[in-house]
Amino acid sequence: MKTVLEGSHAVSEAVRMARIQVMSAYPITPQTHIVEALSEYVAEGRMDARFICVESEHSAMAAVIGAASGGVRTFTATSSHGLALMHELLHWSSAARLPIVMAEVNRALGPGWNIWMDQTDSLAQRDTGWIQLYVEDAQEALDTTLQGFHLAESINLPVMVVLDAFFLSHTYEPVDLPEQADVDRFLPALKPRIRLDTRTPFAMSQMAPPGVYMEMRRDIQSAMERAPDHFARTEVAFEKVFGRRYGAVEAVACEDAEVILVMTGTAASTCRQVVEDLRSEGEKIGMLKLKMFRPFPVNAIRKLLGDARKVAVVDRNFSFGASGIFAQEIRAALCNHPNHPPVFGYIAGLGGRDITPDTLKEIYRMTRDTDHPQAESVWVGLTTEKESR
Amino acid sequence: MTDHSLLQEEGMYSGHVGCPGCGATVAMKFALRALGEKTMLVIPACCWAIVAGAHPQTSLKVPVLHTAFETAGAAASGLRAALDMQGDTDTTVVAWAGDGGTFDIGFQALSGAVERNEDFIYVCYDNEAYMNTGVQRSSSTPFGARTTTTPGRGWKQTRKKNIVEALAAHRIPYAATASIAYPDDLMRKFRKAAALKGGSRFIHVYATCPTGWRVPSEMCIKTARLAVQTRLFPLYEVEDGHRYTLNLDPDPPKPVRDYMAVQGRFKHLTDADYEQIQEMVDEDWGLLKRKIGAFGNPDAA
Repeated sequence: MKTVLEGSHAVSEAVRMARIQVMSAYPITPQTHIVEALSEYVAEGRMDARFICVESEHSAMAAVIGAASGGVRTFTATSSHGLALMHELLHWSSAARLPIVMAEVNRALGPGWNIWMDQTDSLAQRDTGWIQLYVEDAQEALDTTLQGFHLAESINLPVMVVLDAFFLSHTYEPVDLPEQADVDRFLPALKPRIRLDTRTPFAMSQMAPPGVYMEMRRDIQSAMERAPDHFARTEVAFEKVFGRRYGAVEAVACEDAEVILVMTGTAASTCRQVVEDLRSEGEKIGMLKLKMFRPFPVNAIRKLLGDARKVAVVDRNFSFGASGIFAQEIRAALCNHPNHPPVFGYIAGLGGRDITPDTLKEIYRMTRDTDHPQAESVWVGLTTEKESR
Repeated sequence: MTDHSLLQEEGMYSGHVGCPGCGATVAMKFALRALGEKTMLVIPACCWAIVAGAHPQTSLKVPVLHTAFETAGAAASGLRAALDMQGDTDTTVVAWAGDGGTFDIGFQALSGAVERNEDFIYVCYDNEAYMNTGVQRSSSTPFGARTTTTPGRGWKQTRKKNIVEALAAHRIPYAATASIAYPDDLMRKFRKAAALKGGSRFIHVYATCPTGWRVPSEMCIKTARLAVQTRLFPLYEVEDGHRYTLNLDPDPPKPVRDYMAVQGRFKHLTDADYEQIQEMVDEDWGLLKRKIGAFGNPDAA
């Protein structure tokens, strides 16, 4: 059924139809609309779930860890400082191999206080063992949330569905809302592989001495390495029911492109338009949309970018003392590919600043007109040339 | 003569890795006897995270969810919700944390959980410092004690936080103190707490740490008993945050010095210090008696 939904509520609808049993969250802008809607569904009896309204994001993650250990389907949502506060337990939940799904609305970290779009919050969690999927629009947010449960439960790793603050979370779009029966067909009730049970007592997440710890870590990586295949299977199953698929990466007009822009989130939508506009002017531009960030889809990246002419990565995030985080990862993925293309890094749209078609056209032209990157990162659209010290 | 029926009921295997004379293991032994096998434990970082054993072994006969240091209240809330959603209301969820995980780093999650009146028993086994990490002071460390972070002349100059009163102030259905030296009273309280389903129940168990308190291991129980006999650690219950019941009135009490003098952590104290501490104990006892007088439970036995 086609309807008009706010991006946040597209996630809420998916969580409702996934029939999660326990969720826990703490308020933070711009995530709050997701859990407000879910609270209403629970209060109205539209969901048979318990919403644990905790006193911090740290406790929200602890509560869903407790619930998932008890063998039920769980969900939480957060942003920015909330995600940073959860950091310890992001490590905990993945190492405990719990299939938790979280919606993370990308928001800048303070100071200065900034509630707007920025990816540094989620990307700073890249080493926590969570699968990360970045989405472009409300439909993809809904679909990926449903897929997230399917994927998480197939390999016992937690999944973070990442969406842009405001550009997506607070924007209304037409969305094809699935039928509950179809969702049930795609996502049957959780059959937990591990859960606490008084009839078969055991200890979960206990001390792991040097003799066993390393193998446990290797097992997490093994699961991560299987994740791209599992995601592909999830997408096949999803497409069979709903007729839509996205891919871990999506190549747009890349075949003969002189410059390929690597994009994530809603900026990928803007880039689709830019590709169309510039192609009509005879410019050979392409786009690679990156949906899956963890595990990093190295094979797909090498296949699609390894023999490209020039790659320009647009990072709405920054790792101080290094560069844009997606650019780092793309460079690392390509470095062992023979004759790999130069990778240009651009920083744009931090803290909610717009990334307009003109921003992307400027990035395209700068890349087209330069043989080799002059710096690890070029900051685009700064209002002052000189930094204050 | 060995009572085999009691042995059958033990919730612990032999062979745990606690220190000799560990009061916290005695607390667990009696608690599990009272609670039985339909129990799940949530254990954050604390001595018991080690005592329970390393993968793939366990010293406990009930399921254990080990969690991060500051999360016992929240993780237990989540586990309770999961059991409820699966229709299991019989199993008792018990958060089992030390004083660091309760008084300090876990206090926020605990306060949040009991404000929501989560249906679980939260147990703090209190050994009055971070013993597992090598005896650092916590906000449960008493006035006068030396720890590795209150060493020498820098011994702790502030009072121990009164955790039961803090929990009672949340108006939870049940808050109680218990001591490993009074197992009948302790087990009665665990049975009572288990029967009071539907809300948050808190039990503060005084558990000697021979290693950190510097007492011989064979003095474990006697030291805990002296804490009660000197009125330093009163045995009492608070229902719904306001109905107070004193379980034992040591009258006349022993001087607090009798309790402290057996422990190495207090051996630097002077006569003047002991006088000051005795005054504190008397004052605390007087305050508790006033509450019992004003808000005593008329139904109490």
